[in-house]
Amino acid sequence: MNELASLSEGDPLPELRVTPDKYLPHRYAGASGDFNPIHIDPEFAKAVGLPRNILHGLYSMAQVARAHTEAAGDPRALKRLSVQFRGMGVPEEEIVVTSSVTEAGDGRVVTATQATQGDNRIIRNASATLEI
Amino acid sequence: MWPSGASEPLNRLGCRMAVSTQAVGKEYPPVTYEVGAEKIREYANAVGETNPVHLDRDAARAAGFRDLVAPPMFCVVYAGRSVGPAVFDPEVGINYATMVHGSQEFVWGEPVCAGDEISTVTRVAEISEKHGNGFYVFESVSTNQGGDEVVRGTWTNIVRGA
Repeated sequence: MNELASLSEGDPLPELRVTPDKYLPHRYAGASGDFNPIHIDPEFAKAVGLPRNILHGLYSMAQVARAHTEAAGDPRALKRLSVQFRGMGVPEEEIVVTSSVTEAGDGRVVTATQATQGDNRIIRNASATLEI
Repeated sequence: MWPSGASEPLNRLGCRMAVSTQAVGKEYPPVTYEVGAEKIREYANAVGETNPVHLDRDAARAAGFRDLVAPPMFCVVYAGRSVGPAVFDPEVGINYATMVHGSQEFVWGEPVCAGDEISTVTRVAEISEKHGNGFYVFESVSTNQGGDEVVRGTWTNIVRGA
């Protein structure tokens, strides 16, 4: 939390890196209740024109959230997160969440943030508000 | 949110629909969700949380929480059960086969802890068409047993070629 207080505009937040394994979408489906077959059935996903089963967008958003709560050291610090889902995320490729401070002051930090897999930006135009 | 056991959307493949805005403003009855400690742990493990306040009750209490605390994005678990039926409402008329989750916003209030009872109301906020795609915006408001707002969600689904 004290580290947050010292952040100023343009500073990066610590990067978050995570590689969801092959069966992660199944565990996330069970945990979240979202059983859309495009996430858990590779044959179904291919039948509707996808390269393979894809990550749940809200799983990827949870990684962006986690990058912020870990930077703050407290889940209560995250007050707002908005994201756009674009390129589809896939299992077995590393997700990298990068964030930089766009506003800081009065116990409040706003970031611009995104999540990528290689050149594929799976979450873009995202913004978070942290309060200290 | 795709409910367990829902029929696959294949039967709607190729079905083209004009965007109808008649459902705008429609509000659905509250959906109540009882937050369990093991569900918080299951969710926290699935998304890779390592902060002990999501996994260990004593750590959560030591940090000032009433009980094991849910990660902020756990809101998809309780609010999703309210938004799902709205997305699948035939009156809204979404063609699931070409639907993608376009964007999402959450604004958080009081933390959610094990033992809480969360009530979520969803309404259809906006339906519009742009560049041949349909935009369906749902708003959810979740409150706890004490009447405190815990999260407000804005869920935007895009239907390609609506």
